[in-house]
Amino acid sequence: MSLDRDTVRKIAFLSRIEVADEKLEPLAGQLSGILDWFEQLKEVDTDGVQPMSSVTDAVLRWRDDVITDGGIPEKILANAPEAMDGFFTVPKVVE
Amino acid sequence: MTSLLDLSLAEARDGLRAKEFTAVELTDAYLGMVEKHRDLNAYITETPDLAREQAKAADAALAAGTAGAMAGIPVGIKDLFCTEGVLTTAASHILDGFKPPYESTVSANLKKAGAVMLGKLNLDEFAMGGSNQTSYYGPAKNPWKAEGSDVDLVPGGSSGGSAAAVSARMALAATGTDTGGSIRQPAAYCGITGIKPTYGRCSRFGIIAYASSLDQAGPMTRTVRDAAIMLGSMAGFDPKDSTSADVALPDFEAALTGDIRGLKVGIPQEYRPEGLDPEINALWDKGIDMLKAAGAEVVDISLPHTKYALATYYIIAPAEASSNLARYDGLRFGLRVEGKTLDEMYAKTRAAGFGEEVQRRILMGTYVLSAGYYDAYYLKAQRVRARIAEDFRNAFKTVDVILTPTAPTPAFGIGANMDDPIAMYLNDVFTVPTSLAGLPGLSVPVGLSSTGLPLGLQLIGRPFDEETVLRAGDVLEKAAGFSAVPSLVKG
Repeated sequence: MSLDRDTVRKIAFLSRIEVADEKLEPLAGQLSGILDWFEQLKEVDTDGVQPMSSVTDAVLRWRDDVITDGGIPEKILANAPEAMDGFFTVPKVVE
Repeated sequence: MTSLLDLSLAEARDGLRAKEFTAVELTDAYLGMVEKHRDLNAYITETPDLAREQAKAADAALAAGTAGAMAGIPVGIKDLFCTEGVLTTAASHILDGFKPPYESTVSANLKKAGAVMLGKLNLDEFAMGGSNQTSYYGPAKNPWKAEGSDVDLVPGGSSGGSAAAVSARMALAATGTDTGGSIRQPAAYCGITGIKPTYGRCSRFGIIAYASSLDQAGPMTRTVRDAAIMLGSMAGFDPKDSTSADVALPDFEAALTGDIRGLKVGIPQEYRPEGLDPEINALWDKGIDMLKAAGAEVVDISLPHTKYALATYYIIAPAEASSNLARYDGLRFGLRVEGKTLDEMYAKTRAAGFGEEVQRRILMGTYVLSAGYYDAYYLKAQRVRARIAEDFRNAFKTVDVILTPTAPTPAFGIGANMDDPIAMYLNDVFTVPTSLAGLPGLSVPVGLSSTGLPLGLQLIGRPFDEETVLRAGDVLEKAAGFSAVPSLVKG
């Protein structure tokens, strides 16, 4: 399985990471190398095996639907690079 | 003051209680070492004022008879644990200036037990790496050097700063986190002890997430007894982590009875691949003989899917990381690089804020989760993971604990393997399977390589049976009598 430049450009967009044009080719090479290495998993018979998403068999716990936290907007915003008037700010998204 | 630095955590605890010295004296001795060996780059942030304040409080608690299990013990905290009001970076540029408004449960538990925080320890960026070389703050250095060589070696990773600090007497103990070997492998490279407990034993709340189905915190210490004491203070059920296990917390130290007669120790043939360094093979045989001599019964076992563990891990962990790291958006914390549109701001911020390896893993994770490839890669990997876990379940029907090497080589030089991701991933070959199965794994230093570098062996146990792992580790440690220290400690 090998990736081309366009596929890398696409997954970079999905990942929201800017990748310079001249970096696309080397990245495609590196990622393709890793994908080739993944091919070995095809040897493993996994017919009828349930995908394992957690090591614990435990069912997620229930709790009462009550508020346990909140009322700390200053703390939430304290680390924001550009907070204003109690809000996070973003570049203009509506013209 | 050198004698204070030579004490184990257990000895320091006993000395503090017997009023042989104070927590302030012990803390000052360690702060002196933190300053003296700053060139090792083990700490990202030092917190000497906080440490002295906590030491004073510990002395007061000791005098009042209200001291907790870790009272006055100077520890370093891996900079992946959120610490309230103290810079927390995950060794990433993207978390520039981040001071969490809350404390991780594990570090809060340690605080409650009276531990003194010396500072925040270096690591691979977002814990992604096995050599501490992906840190935005530069690599931490291993205090050990090969005989007759002045080449700087990696401390392992991702908990490289933690291992380097404990080994160089810049902390009496440290927290680590382990996703695929990040506690055990650096412990082996630096000649110290480290245990990754069972998944769910320590709360993940407030630990900056890498791969949530694998991440687990644990102690890094000088002795097995120290690890048992510290684990007892770190672990416990926490409703703030939905995967935290609501199970009883045993007295881990009480499990160190020194008696392993009749214990069945499994030796997996798959951990002796062709081409394994003969020194590692010989060390393993030595470990087997030590446990036998102590009365354990050695049983050959098979873990047939071992060789697929690394590839499985490098699909699952990046997939989870690509999702977890979506939160770094330039809005809520850390770095922001302006762009004309929202998407451009995200993309520029993340390009500037994440290092090369982190970007590579996010891209890979995004790819294996993307439409058309999800089944072929991600679901397939999860199915293979189930088979790997099944291997261990089968093995533990006949054995109580499994003994393997911790890493395939001793520490290597800074700069090596940087251009070859797969070669770098191979350092985790013996630790990743345990992580995928969620089992406890302990690394104990057992000997030195022909070049004078520490080598470790790993003990793997049943889920939530850290007690057997620690008991066998304690016996192995005493039999090995590993007493070597890096030359910079000798003075």
